[in-house]
Amino acid sequence: MTVNELSSREEFSAVSMPEGEREISGVYIGDLLSWVMGRAKADNAWITIMSNINIAAVASLADTACIILAEGVTLEPEVAETAGAKGVNILSTEMPAYETAVLLSKLL
Amino acid sequence: MKELSLNILDIAQNSVKAKAENILIKIVEAQDTMTLTITDDGCGMTEETVKNVMNPFFTTRTTRNVGMGVPLLKLAAEQTGGGIEIQSVSENDDPVHHGTTVTARFNKNHLDFTPLGDIVSTVTALIQGAPNINWQFIHQKDSGSVELDTAEMRSILGDVPLDSYEVIKWIEDYLKEGYESIS
Repeated sequence: MTVNELSSREEFSAVSMPEGEREISGVYIGDLLSWVMGRAKADNAWITIMSNINIAAVASLADTACIILAEGVTLEPEVAETAGAKGVNILSTEMPAYETAVLLSKLL
Repeated sequence: MKELSLNILDIAQNSVKAKAENILIKIVEAQDTMTLTITDDGCGMTEETVKNVMNPFFTTRTTRNVGMGVPLLKLAAEQTGGGIEIQSVSENDDPVHHGTTVTARFNKNHLDFTPLGDIVSTVTALIQGAPNINWQFIHQKDSGSVELDTAEMRSILGDVPLDSYEVIKWIEDYLKEGYESIS
């Protein structure tokens, strides 16, 4: 499933989609950025509630397919802009991390 | 990071890379606040670079385009309601008095305060990794303080290198005993 396909579902909305055609493979959940940096795998959808600029850098380093902001977390406009410029896809959802992961487990 | 001591390791390694001869790591705990200061006399940074190091996409490395040491420390401080400040003088601007000071302030009682963790291992690893630098470590608490100064040690040890096993082991035990005495 691509990031564009995921974001077209009603549970998700697009925040930054510079590379929407990326294929998602697997899921990682975590909020401790240094931990995520070493453990999230390339092409994962990364579910987090963190919203500062560092998430874009971590996603870029770990080469995740997209970030999913859970629980209705929103981003400062500058963060979304930087993510777009750096090729980092970001979606948001009102669902908590667990429900998001359960849905992804059915979809992927 | 899981422990602030890992943040300290990261920031102090920047000082090592900046070719500092003297590095001071100072932790002051007073009531609800903890202030961490890392001061070096390395090559320093220009004003523009100081602004850039807060940006997680900035780097002086060529292997990857993200340097996360300062941004992660900034996050750790800000998530407790504290903050970070960087003062730096580049050696191009002042060939004599140059270097960088990173100061981070934490609210220790905040739920999102990251524990200091294994600071003894961090300090020991830093000294072992760069034994020729003069390392000064000070941790002040309400109950007392733990201090170490490798320049002082060197004057006593003479030719014995600081990274020899016996010396490193001694440093580790000395710090541990210091912490036990103020706990």
